[in-house]
Amino acid sequence: MAIWDTLRATHFGHDDHGVSMGKFSGTNLTCIRGERRVFQGLDFSIEDGGVLVLTGPNGSGKSSLLRLMAGLITPAEGTLTWNGEATSEDPESHGGRLHYVGHLDAVKPMLSVAENVSFWASLRVADKALKDLVPSALDAFGISHLADVPGRFLSAGQKRRVNLARIAAAPAPVWLLDEPTTALDRATIEGLEKLISRHRMSGGMVVVSTHSDLNLGAAQNLDLATCITSPMAEQVAQ
Amino acid sequence: MNGFLLILRRDLRLAQRQGMDSIMAVMFFVIAVVLFPFGVGPEPNILARIAAGVIWVSALMSSMLSLERLFQTDFEDGSLELLTLSPITLEIAVLAKIVGHWLTTGLPLIIAAPLLGVLLNMPLDGFPMLIAALALGTPSLSLIGAVGAALILGSRRGGVLLSLLILPLYIPVLIFGVSAVDAVIGGFDAKPQLLIMGGFLLAALPLCPWAASAAVRQAVE
Repeated sequence: MAIWDTLRATHFGHDDHGVSMGKFSGTNLTCIRGERRVFQGLDFSIEDGGVLVLTGPNGSGKSSLLRLMAGLITPAEGTLTWNGEATSEDPESHGGRLHYVGHLDAVKPMLSVAENVSFWASLRVADKALKDLVPSALDAFGISHLADVPGRFLSAGQKRRVNLARIAAAPAPVWLLDEPTTALDRATIEGLEKLISRHRMSGGMVVVSTHSDLNLGAAQNLDLATCITSPMAEQVAQ
Repeated sequence: MNGFLLILRRDLRLAQRQGMDSIMAVMFFVIAVVLFPFGVGPEPNILARIAAGVIWVSALMSSMLSLERLFQTDFEDGSLELLTLSPITLEIAVLAKIVGHWLTTGLPLIIAAPLLGVLLNMPLDGFPMLIAALALGTPSLSLIGAVGAALILGSRRGGVLLSLLILPLYIPVLIFGVSAVDAVIGGFDAKPQLLIMGGFLLAALPLCPWAASAAVRQAVE
């Protein structure tokens, strides 16, 4: 795929953007949401090319963990580190090295597909590179023909593709994907799998929560069900 | 700086495509001012006496009208999360949104104000000062309002809450804005009032984006 060569050429080998590979880890993480302990004492560690698959029943804290990794939630206890440095020390650099795909697609109804994607990419990539990156990112998710269509006319699956094209258009070493396959058809899921495997080959890392089967090759699995504090244990603690 | 311009350009483009927001703010401003002659009667002296106050109060209200949407739409569609996670410092991003708000609602108010001054029989001497005072005051209104707009994210009935939070904070700007115009009409020097309003603006410029960013971080958590 042409897009990946462009990405590699413009980014991963490039020092200007400060994109460097490393080790992303968290130790003894505890997350409290609305006075309820979602998980506690959780450790993880991912290195270049690694994939961490989060599994667990609804409410086990997959989304919370991803938001915590992104820096949207501050852990009640524990630290997140990148190459040994706490990510909370420099939230902007941490934001610059990660892409987060949440439940919301951040597609502006009044902007066209190309404008939506290129706005987010322009915050991370120089203008010159955008001309190549945005069309190839749209192409990777099969939405080139929608480039001029305003966001309000898109279906749920198309919006999700626009959101994924956003992360393809501006490379970052860490991808945090929260249920990325929601509303996607089989062919697009295969495209996403390909993109993830290329991302890994060039040294990127991916954390993904999923209920459906994503074929990702070798991956670590983190089952949040084993970290969940059961209601029984909580009563004892009280 | 680049990020600031990118976000500003996007917000202006969105405002231009939606169109209604800034037009509504100006229309509200005009209608609110026009109501006063009906309420207090068409006596020219009374209207001239209250003109500056009426224009300023209406300007406060209409600037507040569109504040609710400053962060709300970005919050609802997930854009605000992504802005928080972007390599751009959040304070800069928030400042860009505030500048966008001022350009789409504050600036049209300043342009419409002289027309309404004529309508209220305001003495001609006061016009340049009215424009100058609004030009100094409305950016402060957008800045202060942004803090409230960020604080109400995620709450229902945010609009009413916003006015309760913000209107008391608008009072100093209102007092000195009106008094600057009245001073000039009465033949006095308005420099002290302008200096104080400039001081408000200079204080609000760093403090409000910082406070609003803290509220935004809280909201996306």
